[in-house]
Amino acid sequence: MATVLNQKAGNLGSILAQHRDEILAEWLREMTGTTRRKDLMNDAEVKSQCTRFLDLLIESAASGGTSTSAKSYDPMRSMLEEISRSRTLQGFTATETATFVFSLKRPLFNAIREDVNDAAAVAQELWTATELLDNLGLYTAEVYLKSREEVIRRQQEEMLELSTPVVKLWEGILALPLIGTLDSARTQVVMESLLESIVKTNSKVAIIDITGVPTVDTVVAQHLLKTVTAARLMGADCIISGVRPQIAQTIVHLGINLLDVTTKATLSDAFALAAKRTGLAFVREQKQKKEKQNKLEDIE
Amino acid sequence: MAVTSSETIPVVSESDVVTVRQRVREASSRIGFSLVDQTKMVTAASELARNTLIHGGGGAMDLIMLNGPRLGLRLVFVDKGPGIGDISLALRDGFTTGSGLGLGLGGAKRLVNDFEIDSKSGVGTKVTVTRWK
Amino acid sequence: MDKIPILRMGEFLLVTIQVDMHDRLAMTLQDDLTTRISETGARGVLIDISSLEIVDSFIGRMLGNIAAMSRVLDAETVVVGMRPAVAITLVELGMSLAGVKTALNVDTGMELLRTSLDGDEAMNGSYV
Repeated sequence: MATVLNQKAGNLGSILAQHRDEILAEWLREMTGTTRRKDLMNDAEVKSQCTRFLDLLIESAASGGTSTSAKSYDPMRSMLEEISRSRTLQGFTATETATFVFSLKRPLFNAIREDVNDAAAVAQELWTATELLDNLGLYTAEVYLKSREEVIRRQQEEMLELSTPVVKLWEGILALPLIGTLDSARTQVVMESLLESIVKTNSKVAIIDITGVPTVDTVVAQHLLKTVTAARLMGADCIISGVRPQIAQTIVHLGINLLDVTTKATLSDAFALAAKRTGLAFVREQKQKKEKQNKLEDIE
Repeated sequence: MAVTSSETIPVVSESDVVTVRQRVREASSRIGFSLVDQTKMVTAASELARNTLIHGGGGAMDLIMLNGPRLGLRLVFVDKGPGIGDISLALRDGFTTGSGLGLGLGGAKRLVNDFEIDSKSGVGTKVTVTRWK
Repeated sequence: MDKIPILRMGEFLLVTIQVDMHDRLAMTLQDDLTTRISETGARGVLIDISSLEIVDSFIGRMLGNIAAMSRVLDAETVVVGMRPAVAITLVELGMSLAGVKTALNVDTGMELLRTSLDGDEAMNGSYV
């Protein structure tokens, strides 16, 4: 079956070559109707894309069969990838991009009917042409999908970064409130972003608050420990706050050694400790009030 | 698995270990590993190259860029040294606080995605590590 | 690169490691430092590794050795400027660098050295 098709594609190639200009003109006309999207692409660009496509198709069909994964279709596939990606960026839908290929069918079929006389042969050529263009059209859809997946993946990464905000509580004191479940990937991002912040803000103390973390298992505990150790190697201390009684129990049960790590029940306790460690002291403003009062008394 | 390129770097002197670090750094950067992953890969290479030199009596490293469905970097360290008798023992961490042999194998293993070791007493050692993008 | 320069800043010695050292250079640094400490009677050593992109187990052990030997010579050692990627890798490698004090940069490192010399309890020090 494959060999028969391969031979036939050779025919197709020569038909395309012979009627190239007519096919091109008809194709361009065909496109103004359907999904032309003049708002996204001007005539010159469309013409250039169609011309390149047609010429590459002539080349590939001449040497290969209809299997578009064959080596002879490499340049064709590259071009389609390029077109699909740029169209994705421009705002074309997957359908509009695939239709770019499919709309070549009618002009091609017309050329075939003109050229081939035998009815059976016509049917065969039409089938070959259909298969070829279907494969190519589908390929553009595939590439489109992959591009979209790339965009989504990138957005996910950005969301991941946003969901781990590092907050500067005071000069030299950072806080990292963790919310939700900590998986391996997320923890890596969290760790790196905290450590980068420590360097950027010159902070000596980082408070990692786990109030919003539902469960702490061995994996999470290990990740926390690694973060604390890494921060220490850089010259900063970490305090883990928001340790609920249940978590404390889990940690002990699991035999996790947190001896070296300072933990506090609440974020405010942690902040008080951090302040002390960095030489900060908070003084209540009572003195001034008293003085004002004394002044008023004097006047009276 | 499609291989894009492969180069062999001799590991027979101390300066070769530095060369190994530079080459692996270049390759890691070209593949597009994140900074942390680059650091891990180069550090692992440094550990393994030193092993090859000091415990293996010298050998070589193959640097292979993988271009299959997944991009990756593979390093193969080979020596014809005395070999490692007890591999599981060598893989256990020698937490290095001061001196201590610490073959660095256990640590290096944690810095890469795939780790394979083939060693026979009296024949030699081959360590293959891979990091995927 | 023959030797890594050791600068004297009052009572302290400052070493800035900027090259990818081969093992022998690292050993030479160890020897040179201990010699300078005894010669000058320095009370503190500041090792700036902010330019180092890689710290493997050998360099890690070197830092540990320097800290231990300095202590015997009555001097404190502080390693400053470790990059995040390096710290993460060292942790993964399993290096604890016990006995090595660390600080974020040269300024905080000096502070740490001074406070430990003053005999005050190091408030902002990080014992690793």
